Amino acid sequence: MTRYALTRFALVVPTLLAVAVLIFVLVRVVPGDIVELRLVSGGSYVTAGVIEAERARLGLNKPLWDQFVEWMVGMFRLDLGRSMWSGESVAREIGIRLPLSLQLAVMATLIATVMAIPLGTIAAVQRGRWPDYVVQVFSVAGLSVPSFWLGILIILFLLNVFGYLPPLTFSPLLKDPGANLAQLIWPALAVGYRYSAVATRMTRSAVLEVLREDYIRTAWAKGLARRMILRRHALRNAMLPVITVIGLEFAFLIGGLVVTEQVFNLNGIGKLIVDAINQRDYTLIQGLMLLVATAYILVNVVIDLLYAALDPRISYG
Amino acid sequence: MTEMMGRTRAVRTVLGLVAATVLAVGFLAAPTPAQQQPRRGGTLVYISTSQPPSFDGHRETTFAMLHPVKPHYNYLVKFDTQNYPKVVGDLAESWTASRDGMTYTFKIRSGVKFHDGSTLTSRDIKATYDKIIFPKEDQGVISIRKAMYHMVRVVEAPDPQTVVFRLKFATAGFVEKLASPFNFVYKADILERDPRFYERNVMGTGPFRFVEYVRGSHWVGRRFEDYWDRGKPYLDGYRVLFIASRSAMLAAIKSGQALVEFRGVSPAERDDIVGAVGDKVMVQSSPWQCNNTVAINTKKKPFDDARVRRALTLAIDRWGGSQALSQIAFIQPVGAMMRPGGDYDMPQAELLRLAGYSRNMTAARQQARQLLREAGVPEGFSFTLKNRDISMPYEAVGVYLVDQWRQIGLNVRHEQQEGGRYFADLRAGNYDLSVDFACDFIDDPDVQLQKFLSSDVSDLNYGGYVDRQLDGLYFRIGRTADKTERARLVHQFERRALDEQAYVIYVLWWQRIIPHWRTLRGYKTTTNHYVEPDLAEYWLAE
Repeated sequence: MTRYALTRFALVVPTLLAVAVLIFVLVRVVPGDIVELRLVSGGSYVTAGVIEAERARLGLNKPLWDQFVEWMVGMFRLDLGRSMWSGESVAREIGIRLPLSLQLAVMATLIATVMAIPLGTIAAVQRGRWPDYVVQVFSVAGLSVPSFWLGILIILFLLNVFGYLPPLTFSPLLKDPGANLAQLIWPALAVGYRYSAVATRMTRSAVLEVLREDYIRTAWAKGLARRMILRRHALRNAMLPVITVIGLEFAFLIGGLVVTEQVFNLNGIGKLIVDAINQRDYTLIQGLMLLVATAYILVNVVIDLLYAALDPRISYG
Repeated sequence: MTEMMGRTRAVRTVLGLVAATVLAVGFLAAPTPAQQQPRRGGTLVYISTSQPPSFDGHRETTFAMLHPVKPHYNYLVKFDTQNYPKVVGDLAESWTASRDGMTYTFKIRSGVKFHDGSTLTSRDIKATYDKIIFPKEDQGVISIRKAMYHMVRVVEAPDPQTVVFRLKFATAGFVEKLASPFNFVYKADILERDPRFYERNVMGTGPFRFVEYVRGSHWVGRRFEDYWDRGKPYLDGYRVLFIASRSAMLAAIKSGQALVEFRGVSPAERDDIVGAVGDKVMVQSSPWQCNNTVAINTKKKPFDDARVRRALTLAIDRWGGSQALSQIAFIQPVGAMMRPGGDYDMPQAELLRLAGYSRNMTAARQQARQLLREAGVPEGFSFTLKNRDISMPYEAVGVYLVDQWRQIGLNVRHEQQEGGRYFADLRAGNYDLSVDFACDFIDDPDVQLQKFLSSDVSDLNYGGYVDRQLDGLYFRIGRTADKTERARLVHQFERRALDEQAYVIYVLWWQRIIPHWRTLRGYKTTTNHYVEPDLAEYWLAE
């Protein structure tokens, strides 16, 4: 197991390198120029000399391989470089937004998990009866409603009914828990609901499948209590695909809440990614994509390791 | 379907009437914000829809830098936002111009303190303008507006309270150019140590000290107690919220978490705010120094033919468009190349004679069809109109143009592009026609006409034409100090560019709409979003 874990972690490095090469090439294939966007998009007259000087200052007139080597050397020194747009270090730009995105991802995951596992199990156990139908309607609605749209509805409801709008700036949880939760609970609910819909359906189908297994029939035959069968034998084994879904959704939430962050004016990673792409801020896009890729890779490794912990039949020897 | 559309229209009309009534009642019921006695205290919270790329005014072109950073600085001279475009002294107590217009001498206020406690002298002003006019490019210093001051030979500081600008030639509007809202006055010692210090740091003499900037979130300033203008500012501080999403911005204003956004909103957004908040908000509106134009690629056939270009501009009903589009977008005034209502505005009688500005659209479109026939352009000829993927007001303008050209038998494909691609195509000449735009803080032909010089002279001439007549006129405009003569030359330039050769199409100018809570006092809208906000003048009612 330890050997397997070490091998998996060692593979993270070449995977990230491959991702880095891919990102570096892809961002430069997209037409557009950060200097032009920054200096001309406001409608003012700017001379070509100024544009050229700025391009040179940012190192954009260097050969591509030169730019890549520079970036790689920085990476090995754990220096992601500076944002071409703001001049601020990429690590700092990300560092400002990461706590919010991580907290929101954790809150949404908790909400989703707390809702999905009991609901999915109830639906499976009560298959074909009214609780199953209620849960299915609830989860299909969650799948059909985009979280940003639900977010807009929540804001309109709060504003029009109570004249209340959640705080617009982020306060760290430990500094001001009240303001922090007042801001993040609404997007967490909006995102968590959609997320729970996916997980509920997965839990239902996984539990249904497990309930048809021979060892469950054996457990019934042995006269085990219903609760014991569900908890010990059915749910534990049904959790494997559910964990995969929850894990991957968690990784997605770190950088994927682009529109929801806009709707609630959250200063998160998703909004930063969109800004960086719109501004053709190469260094920042590279740093952000690496962050998202790292999140996905690590979540996958953790899921693999959890598999072994949950299912004794799985061995990584 | 028709019934539904009719009902929607009826609902809109009713809502419009309600909004108009609320506005009218609001205006009558309460005094305008500028009328009351200033009151000290409070923090003004306002919105910026974009974030500053750097904090250095000399190297930026965007309001996103000005709106949060400006309150930390003073200027040598500035536009008086209560009486725009009047220029008043800020750090300059007074100034004189020599008889020949070649020397400008400014007397500097004494007792002005920087936020670090040091005293401002003329050396700081000289260092500031040296950085703007003669930037140390070898040290990576970039000055966007260097070309605007090409007439300056030298800036001198003969004594601590005097600054002298010596010019190469006399020109009109020199003091207005110095009053650029981007020309923050910096400290000479700091610039000497690190000429790029101000890109990432704030340290000025302005009414507010810098407190905090959290990227993507907010910017905070606090009253500078040692401010030279005793009694000002009235506010204890200000807080700028960075909100990119329009719906979140509207929600913030409606909830009262922010009192205003100083760039402008669309008519629908105005109605939304007024509908939700009622007479607690008031709406100010003014013509805007921004416009939408159409760049024509004169290197492509058949747009290399002046007859085709004239036909394109003749087909556009600007007067009808102004009336219709102003209901849905922040565009309205009809004008030539200089802002309608501004110092160099073309007189109405003259304007109506330009191709495409006539009120008789039937005749204009007949003439357009005739010109297309003469140029050999067949009925149903297809081309692409490229445009930015920004709804307000670009989309409305693009859709309107497509319809106008359809009416002279042209088949136009409207292609909206994301910013990066849009500018790349425009620069590379990879377009037939493209919706373009310009925004500025000043009505000055030197600034506004520069873009339309020959492509080997102007770096932003996307049309690709070469016209020495325009270049010559521009040169004369720049060296003419007499305003009347200057205006005559400007109109000659406009006739050549918009009518005779129709190199570019001016569609409509923008109209600013600023709804704000009535608690914000002392604020008066100007013709542009660059000279605002002037926070030293604002206060909050109880």
